Formats: sequence, C-alpha cells, structure tokens
Amino acid sequence: MKRRLLGAVAAAAIAFGFANAATAKTLVYCSEGSPENFNPQVNTTGTSFDTAYPVFNRLVEFKPGTTEIMPALAESWDVSDDGLTYTFHLRKGVRFHTRGSFTPTRDFDADDVIATFNRMWKADDPYSKVSGGAYDYFNDMGMPDLLKSIDKVDANTVKFTLTKPESPFIANLGMDFAAIHSKEYMDAMMKAGTPEKVDQEPIGTGPFIWANYAKDDRIIYNANVNYFRGKQPIDRLVFSITPDQATREARLEAGECDIIPYPNPADIAKLKANPELQVLEQEGLNVGYLAMNVKKPPFDNVKVRQALNMAIDKDAILAAVYQGAGKAAKNPIPPTIWSYDDSVQAYPYDPEKAKAMLAEAGVTDLKTDLWYMPVQRPYNPDAKKMAELMQADLAKVGITAELKTFEWGEYRKRLQAGEHQLGMLGWTGDNGDPDNFMGVLLSCGSAREGGQNIAKWCNEDFTKLIDEAKSTSDVEKRTALYKQAQAIFHDQAPWVPIAHSLVTMPMSKKVVGYKVHPLGTHIFEGVDIQE
Amino acid sequence: MIRFVLTRLGLVIPTFLGIILLTFILIRLVPGDPVEVRVGERGISPERHAELIHQMGLDRPLYVQFFDYVGGVLKGDLGISVITHRPVMDEFLTLFPATVELAIFAMIFATLIGLPAGVLAAVRRGSVYDHTVMGTSLTGYSMPIFWWGLLLILFFSVKLGWTPVAKRLGDDYFVDEVTGFMLIDTLLSDEKGSFLDAVKHLILPTIVLGTVPLAVIARMTRSAMLEVLGEDYIRTARAKGLGIYRIVAIHALRNALVPVVTVIGLQVGTLMGGAILTESVFSWPGIGKWLVESIGRRDYPALQGGVLVIAALVMATNLAVDLLYGLLNPRIRHRR
Repeated sequence: MKRRLLGAVAAAAIAFGFANAATAKTLVYCSEGSPENFNPQVNTTGTSFDTAYPVFNRLVEFKPGTTEIMPALAESWDVSDDGLTYTFHLRKGVRFHTRGSFTPTRDFDADDVIATFNRMWKADDPYSKVSGGAYDYFNDMGMPDLLKSIDKVDANTVKFTLTKPESPFIANLGMDFAAIHSKEYMDAMMKAGTPEKVDQEPIGTGPFIWANYAKDDRIIYNANVNYFRGKQPIDRLVFSITPDQATREARLEAGECDIIPYPNPADIAKLKANPELQVLEQEGLNVGYLAMNVKKPPFDNVKVRQALNMAIDKDAILAAVYQGAGKAAKNPIPPTIWSYDDSVQAYPYDPEKAKAMLAEAGVTDLKTDLWYMPVQRPYNPDAKKMAELMQADLAKVGITAELKTFEWGEYRKRLQAGEHQLGMLGWTGDNGDPDNFMGVLLSCGSAREGGQNIAKWCNEDFTKLIDEAKSTSDVEKRTALYKQAQAIFHDQAPWVPIAHSLVTMPMSKKVVGYKVHPLGTHIFEGVDIQE
Repeated sequence: MIRFVLTRLGLVIPTFLGIILLTFILIRLVPGDPVEVRVGERGISPERHAELIHQMGLDRPLYVQFFDYVGGVLKGDLGISVITHRPVMDEFLTLFPATVELAIFAMIFATLIGLPAGVLAAVRRGSVYDHTVMGTSLTGYSMPIFWWGLLLILFFSVKLGWTPVAKRLGDDYFVDEVTGFMLIDTLLSDEKGSFLDAVKHLILPTIVLGTVPLAVIARMTRSAMLEVLGEDYIRTARAKGLGIYRIVAIHALRNALVPVVTVIGLQVGTLMGGAILTESVFSWPGIGKWLVESIGRRDYPALQGGVLVIAALVMATNLAVDLLYGLLNPRIRHRR
C-alpha cells in the first residue's frame, strides 16, 4: 500500500511546515495497547509512557540505548559538595508545541519546571487532584521525602534542595514521570475549566507534536519542526494499537506496521528468517529470580542456599521457558546496568554436589513450598512452567517442592509479608541505577515485613556498601562499591538468580536508527524510514 | 396486542435490574482491585492503597455503592472510568459505532447466505447439496472464532495480500470522525480511495463474526422449511399445479420465517459475544475489545456500564423480535 496524504490532513501538514506533504514520511509503530492518558506523571504502564515519550522532554535524559544520563532541557547541572543541592542550568530558546487553540507566548523556563514538580509534590497545587491525582512513580522513587525545596534562581536556573544526599536522584529526573509540562498550557486549561485536557491532549517540547487519538485505534504525531535537537527524519509517527500478539506479527509481515514490540518468543526464528524484516535484540533491564526466605529454616543456612543454586538447571529453563529470548543471570542486576560485575563466577549446575552440600548441612527429606506468579511478566514469560521444571530439579537432589500460587496482588503481598519458603518474583528497573535493584530488592531496609526484599535477607555488610554508594555521586567509587556488594550477594546466595529476558524488536528492514532502550520505553527520536 | 406488548415490557424491567446486580457483584468477585492491578512488582503501602480506594469511592459499603450506582444509571449516568477518568458513556459511544458497523455487516452476510442456503437445502432434501450445506454449517458453528480469524488473516492477508490484516482503515488514510461509522465517514471525507480501503478492512471481520450466525440461520431455515413443506396446504398447492418457486417463495417461506426471525434476533446476543473475540483478532476498536481490557484493569464502572448498555440493547432487540413475531403470526398476538 502506498503511503499517501491528501485533503485536510495534507493541508495541516503543510501548515506544520512539511516541504512536500505528498511524500510525508510516516512510521507506523503497532503498539500493544491503549494509553490511560498522555501524562506520564499520573499513569504507570509502559504502554502509556511510550505514547507520551515522543511529546515530552525531561531535564536530563538517557543516552539512546544506554542507562547513562545526558543533558536535555537542562544543559548542565552542578551538585554541591555535600550532595544536597542540584542546580540546573536550563536550555534557552526551547518552545512548547503550538497545537489547536494553544500557542505559547514565551520560551520554556524555570516556571515550567516548578509547575511540573509541584503538581506531583504539593497537595494544594490546583492540579494535584486532576485525573485521579495518583503520582505513583514520583512517590515510589521516594521523591516527597527526598525533596526539601525547588527554587527558581532566575528564569533559566532551578535549584533542587534535597533532605539527604542521594545519587540516584539525577537518574530519577530522567524517568518518564519527570516529563516537563508547560505552565502556560496548564494555566490556560485550568482557566477554561478543562484541566484534564493537559493529560489527554498533551503539549510538550519533544520531537513530535501530538495530533490526534482515536480511542483504542491509533495515535498520530507530527514532527516538531522547531525541536531543539532538530527536526526528525520522519514527518509523521503513527501508533497503530494492536493488542493481539499474533495479529501484530501478521501486520508486520504484511507490511502494515514498520515496527512491533513484544513478539511471541516462539515466532522470533520465523520473523528473523523473513528477508523483509530485521530483529533487534538486547538484554532487558530486568531480572527474574527465586528468593529463598532466610527467616525460614533450612534456608537460613547459607550452604543450603548455595546448594539450591547448583540444583537448578538454568539452561533447561532458558530453553523451555524463555525459548532462547533470555540470558542466564548470575548477579542481581542485569548486564546493561553500569557496575555489573562480569567476573562473578556463576554457580554451576551440579546436582551431585548440591546433594552432597545438603547432606553436609544435615538437610534430608526436605519439604518446601515453591511459589510461582499467576501472571506473565516481562522477566518471566511462564512462571508455572518454570516452577514445574524447578520442582523436577529439586526432586533430583531429594527436595520435595509443593507448587503454590495466588491472585497476583495477593501473591505479591504475601511474598512481601514473608509467608513463603521459596518464592519466584522479578524486577524491571525504573531508572537504570544499580541502587534501583540492589537497594530496593536486597537491603536491610526493605527486608522488613511488607518490604520488597522477599528473601528477607539482611546482611549488614551488603547494606553498608549500598548505602555508601547511594550517598556519593562519584560513579567510579560507586561502581567499586556495587561490585563488592555483588560479591557478597553471590557468596550469601539469598536468591537463585534465573534470567534476564531479551527484549526483541522486530521491524521492517527499511527502518534505520532504532535503538532498543534498556529501560523498556520505545523511543522514535532519530528513527528514519528508507523507501 | 396492547396487552401482549405490555406483558413483554413488564418482563424487561426485572431482567434489567437483575443484570445490573449481577454485573455489579461478579466484577467485584474477581480478585484484585483497580489499585492492585496497576502497581506491579513494587507493591503499594496499605495506607496509600486505602487512600486511592477511598478516592474511587470503593471503600463504601457495597449496598451504598450499588444504590448509588443504580441511582446514577436511572439518571443516565454510568460513572467515570477509574483508568482514563472519562465518563463511561462517552467512551462507550466513541467505540460503539465500530461494533455496530461490524455487527450489521456480519448479520447481512449471515442472512444473505444463510437464508437461501437453508431454503435450497430443504427443497433438495437429502441431496449432495443438502449434506454439504449441513456439514459446512456444523463446521462453521463449531469453529473457534479466534482460530478461524487468524487462519483467514494468515491465508488471505499475509500469504495472498488480498485483504488488510487488521483495523478499520489503513494507517495511510486520515479521515475525520463524523459519525463513527467508517463507511460513512470515508464517503464524507475527501481522501481518495479511503472508502474502498474501509470496505476491504470489513471483509474478513465480517466473515469471521458472521460465520456462527450464518450456520445457525442456515440450519434453522432448513428445518423450518422442511416442516412447512410437509404441511397439507403445500401439498394442496402442489396438487393445484403451482410451480415450485411460487410454492416456496409465497406459501412456504413466509410461514417458515417465523422461527427464523426469532433466531436472527437471538443472534444479536451471539454477535456481541463473538464481537469480543473478533475485535481482538482484528484490532477492531469496538466495545468487545474495550470490555476485555476493562476486566484486566478492574475498571468497574467501564465494565458495568458497558455490559449494561449491551444487555439493554440485546433485550430491546429480543423485545422487538417478539413483537415482530406477533405481527408475523396472528396466533401469538391473539392468544390469551
């Protein structure tokens, strides 16, 4: 089918400054679902984040394809010696989008930054309650406790003062929830009595201007000709919403889509064999693991935990559950995160040795439960199958495991309460900082009842290293500390780390410049189509 | 006749209330709540959870929520989606034309093919043609919709490239939404070729959604026709030397239509059920897909509202069919 643009839309395209509307380049991304809205402050799903990403910028952003931070709306920043004050120097001459009845009268400045954060932070902000008013990510990243004040130094300088030094703070500002909104637009919509429009018809500074959303059908964006990093190679971006996996793949093969996310692992070989297509792959920013509850004997015994690490055949799991779309895990963080320690030697699969170690620890005829998630997760495509494989592996070393599961919310709550002996779970990183894995999932602070550390493993030395790493912004020093922490983790073995799933993005060979983002967002800045 | 109509109407109200109660309770029996399903691995503190549930009004006693809801429904207010924060009625109305458009075509397809196929099978009872029609319709009736849809897509769209894989319109066309009915909107727009493109997009979903009703209509028509063809007056007509076409078209078909119309009416319910699967396979932005997603997100207001409106429509259709039935068959309207 030829890509054509005619009539009213073409006229609009010309109005937006396209050189020749008849040859407008369109990229069709067949997305997996409908967004809740277009404001990443108030929504939580990757699907929604993806749809807002083209519209907005953040103060800092992740370098394409990495978890490293680079300047964006903030050109540069200074951190005070005590690590408590971050001063951001804002980019000048950046314009918010002009769309519909809204035309910005001034450039982006400090007021926009403050209005953006106040909405999530201050309960008395006029926008606080709009669209449900739940700022999950802002809260989950601990921002309300961390922020002491946000001050405008001058029109192009903003100062964030923290209550304690916390180096992952800068990475948090690169996250989706920190997308910078236009204060002028917010004020205008509030005045018009339609504040929710800010979330439903977004205005940002980003590479694409949001044009239209036909519910559950498609979202259309036009390239922003005034974008501060330059106009995009494509003129138009379409999110064609296609929730069914098999349909998505068929549409890609038929040429209706240029890029699709989340293919069925079983179909990847077939897609790779198609001469019209290319498949990009990268380890995801996630880890799937089996946690051993150290509060419950015999898992308080490190020998038993190490034995279990040798009893489980990860290769078999990777083949049967991930069908090749996974990489065996040995550390609690994925290899795409800086400070990943590749020198750690994974426990080998050795049931004989495992058996001997269990005997040494005086454990015979062990009966345990083994909890598995009732749902498919990015880091674990089939927890039940995985549990069955583990059950068989454990039987080989004389452990009888009884499989158990609950409804998803209930499941997680009970694991966090520490009701299990062996429990399967996983994590997908938020900001690419090692602390977002090791601090959140393994520190003493989160080993409390109801905390994320479901092994309930509290190792003072480990936690000390993590805390120290968190309070310095020297990346080299942090890397060394996290490597030491990984060694302790390996030694103490509170988990059997299982796998990091591979993110696969099948796309037409015509697509160039797409980079798989480790944080999972699908980003189209800089992507081109070669006809 | 008036009494007949009133009796039928009287039955509608308790059924309607029953449906409200049932959807209200069933969705709440599904484990998890709208807050739980959105937090993922990270979990949520009990305080924050309680706060959000309170904001949604879900911490009030069930009976209060129920009466509040019924009160809203009576005033035509279906509530606000807890996910998108938009009025449920708006969301419903945005998506409904897509479902209706598909359902109408599926029904036309099923009737246009099912009715003559059934009539012919009855007239040529026992012939190869009869066995073929009955065999095929049994297959059609037992076909899993999802599988059938994918099969057609893979063959006609991916392999042969004759039809588009999914959606209502190609992503190269940009048509303003006026009525929500794509065939009308594309005719109104000045995008050349968009109407034809919309028609192409309708073909496979129509076949998939129409398959089960087609099978039912064909079988029903055949058996109703057989019954009528065995009646004395048909024999008399034959004895008088009337041609077979005249007998079938004028004497038999009209009488056989009574049960067939009922069946066609009942298929509206089947269509709504089938639409859920068909819309999912073809990424058709309609009500079916929306309802499935609402279950996943525990969007109570959206699900309740959607089910309610659909139930009301199915009931209205059945009522209309019952009344039509009375018109077609005087024995029914004059009974009692």
